[in-house]
Amino acid sequence: MKIQRAVSALALVAAGVVASVPAAYAADVPEGVSLSENQTYTFWLLDAIKSMDPQINTDVEGSDILRNLFEGLYNEDATGALVPGVALDHTLSEDGLTYTFNLRDDAKWSDGKPVTANDFVYAWKRLADPATASEYAWYMELMQIENAPAIIAGEAPVDDLGVKALDDHTLEVKITTPLPYFPQMLVHGSTFPVRQDVIEEFGDNWTQPENLIGNGAYTLTEHLLGERVEMDKSDTYWDADKTVITHLTALTINDVNQGLTRYLAGELDRVNIPAGQYPRLAEEYPDEATSLPYSCSYIYMLNVGEKGPEALKDVNVRKALSYAINRDIIVDNILQGGQHAAYNWTHWATAGFTMPDIDYAGWTQEERTAKAKELLEAAGYTPETPLELELNYNTSEDHKKIAIAASQFLKPLGVNLTLNNMEWKVHTDRMQSQDFEMARYAWCGDYNEASTYLDLFTSYSGHNNGEFFNDDYDKLMKDSKTAEDPQPMYTAAEQILADEMPVLPIYHYAKVDMIASDIKGLPTDNVMQTWYGKDLYRVAE
Amino acid sequence: MLVYILKRLAIAVPTLLILIIASFLLMHAAPGGPFTAERELPPQVLANLNAKYGLDQPLWRQIVSYLWGIIAHFDFGPSFIYKDRTVNQIIAQGFPVTITYGSISFLVAVVVGVALGVTAAVKQNTWLDYIAVGISIGAQVLPNFVMAPILVLVFTLWLGWLPGGGWQGGQWQYLIMPVIALSTSFMASIARITRSSMLEVLTSNHIRTAKAKGLPMRRVIARHALKPAMLPVISYLGPAFVTMITGSVIVDIYFSTGGIGKAFVDSALNRDYAVMMGVTILMGTLTILFNLVVDVLYAWIDPKIRY
Repeated sequence: MKIQRAVSALALVAAGVVASVPAAYAADVPEGVSLSENQTYTFWLLDAIKSMDPQINTDVEGSDILRNLFEGLYNEDATGALVPGVALDHTLSEDGLTYTFNLRDDAKWSDGKPVTANDFVYAWKRLADPATASEYAWYMELMQIENAPAIIAGEAPVDDLGVKALDDHTLEVKITTPLPYFPQMLVHGSTFPVRQDVIEEFGDNWTQPENLIGNGAYTLTEHLLGERVEMDKSDTYWDADKTVITHLTALTINDVNQGLTRYLAGELDRVNIPAGQYPRLAEEYPDEATSLPYSCSYIYMLNVGEKGPEALKDVNVRKALSYAINRDIIVDNILQGGQHAAYNWTHWATAGFTMPDIDYAGWTQEERTAKAKELLEAAGYTPETPLELELNYNTSEDHKKIAIAASQFLKPLGVNLTLNNMEWKVHTDRMQSQDFEMARYAWCGDYNEASTYLDLFTSYSGHNNGEFFNDDYDKLMKDSKTAEDPQPMYTAAEQILADEMPVLPIYHYAKVDMIASDIKGLPTDNVMQTWYGKDLYRVAE
Repeated sequence: MLVYILKRLAIAVPTLLILIIASFLLMHAAPGGPFTAERELPPQVLANLNAKYGLDQPLWRQIVSYLWGIIAHFDFGPSFIYKDRTVNQIIAQGFPVTITYGSISFLVAVVVGVALGVTAAVKQNTWLDYIAVGISIGAQVLPNFVMAPILVLVFTLWLGWLPGGGWQGGQWQYLIMPVIALSTSFMASIARITRSSMLEVLTSNHIRTAKAKGLPMRRVIARHALKPAMLPVISYLGPAFVTMITGSVIVDIYFSTGGIGKAFVDSALNRDYAVMMGVTILMGTLTILFNLVVDVLYAWIDPKIRY
């Protein structure tokens, strides 16, 4: 697989050797292709953009905007492989703890000033600074930057952060444990540089179109909350000559069906397809309806902790619940958008990840159901003496349909699911205070590597709401951080999850979209679905 | 009259205060907070956020400093969710949008509604009456969340006459569908109320007298019947006007107008305390104000009413 090769090539760079990333990737228009006169791209946002501040944003949609207004050290190409951004390349010290990034000297801010290593230093310190109160401050901890935890906790001065500008174009970063996937994490929006003088001058208003100075391929011209975002091509961007699309528009449409109607009326170039409509649209618009793997997993989390029900402490009951769910019906009949049935946690298309040999994944549904029945009977649950469980889910037609299906799969086996639909915040709050039995949950990868999923079920993760604690699992995940090749450990960790079944995996996401057939350059093999306006172009039809 | 108005305005202050405190407490009683997210925040990060937004203070102190901010600086605080905006900025962007399509919808609803109602009453039990009643019942049973997608389907997708949504500074093409979607059910209610009230007035003594004097029917209706018939309509219009100009979440969702209605609902779901308080106060103030306007109009229309 392409993604896999590219990432491991970077991840396994021998100590001290310059990691060279392939030549810059931009709108590479193949020869002989004639471009359209109209080089604009209009895309869809489900919700208003919460923030255009790289260190404050927390949303996927916000990141789509940020990647066009700012540029980090590295970017991704259409396959998810790293390509130079502001950094041309880097060296890694012998012990794997010091990264030295070599920044390009032609990178400029939208007011013409050069982008320097200090802009990164300021941004990263700002992310960790308690005064910024960023919801993504923990990303600095995830990146293992030296002193990040103490700074976030307010126990050390911000200047202690392990990031330093050696000169204007050399950035040094110190981390506390070797992280094979560290360069991959630099694509994330929260690591993008920002301008200290602009932020100090305008305060919270610095992201207004008239104030915002970015270093990306586009500049912000208008932002009407809940209506639209307009961006013009930036002439100061270092690769402006190769940037084809001259204007980006993001339209907020809060209703998926309405978004589709407006796409069909020609108002948008890309929009999400509502659940269940993919087969029809794929038939009617074969050049436009697409389904691509997307790095998120959908599960039912089980509360196996102290506050959880007695029954769920029995691993056989948990297995029975998982076996009984007919995933094929969920993906083929309910979602119908090319999602994959899931029998494990990490998204199947994650770079470098080898799926463990999970026994029940290979069984037929009849075999699974029979085994579930047997296990439940052994635990004393039959349709006459059923097990009563509550399943919480947040308001959404799709969650409701899947929950109803789950209750139907389980009922004949002697498990009565009471379905509790609740508002999103209530659902989340109850999960986080362990006030649930079974709960719908989904997780999207922060970067394209299995640990972004697997770290969640360590006893120290902070997101492990079902309180599944397993020493072997913790040890595997800890060891994986320093392992030369962590992949076998990830596979082993998945095996533990399959044996202990603290969650019921349901499906792996797909990005199911309508994309205008004349728009080219969008990611094809990138499971993160990271895209950049600068890589796109519109062909003449 | 002036004393009455001043008295009503004086009562408005404690009313608003009670509204503010009650909403504040109710909102904080709802489970979850602005920073509850699928990815639970590390305790230290959450503590930093709470400190930044003053959520670590006792409730009474939060209320006091919130009120002080409003009174002293007319500052409704920063949004907890849309972090590069203040509540003032959010309302300043959304409210003009909402008030534009709301006022136009109101005018359309009143003009069309009253015309339909009067026609139906005057031509009672004729085909005109049946058509008018038919239209108003049709409009009433088509709620705007059904109407909006149908409008977009017909006018945008099939006919291609109008843009499917957006605002673009309120250009007329962008206004038509929101106005139709928002005004129809109000129009229907106004037509129904006008019709029944008109029918009642038309059988009253002073109309019989007017007719007996030999006045032409048009004059009887315009000079003698319309004004008293409007009384129940006016009492309906006050709250209806406030509802329309404070926005419709349906219109905002389907037509992406960027109005205040969506911001209000989102703020409740997001636990964006500051935005929710800001919009609540705005709506509360407008409700109090327009109830007063209605009462004053009453006195003007009906000589029997004196304050």
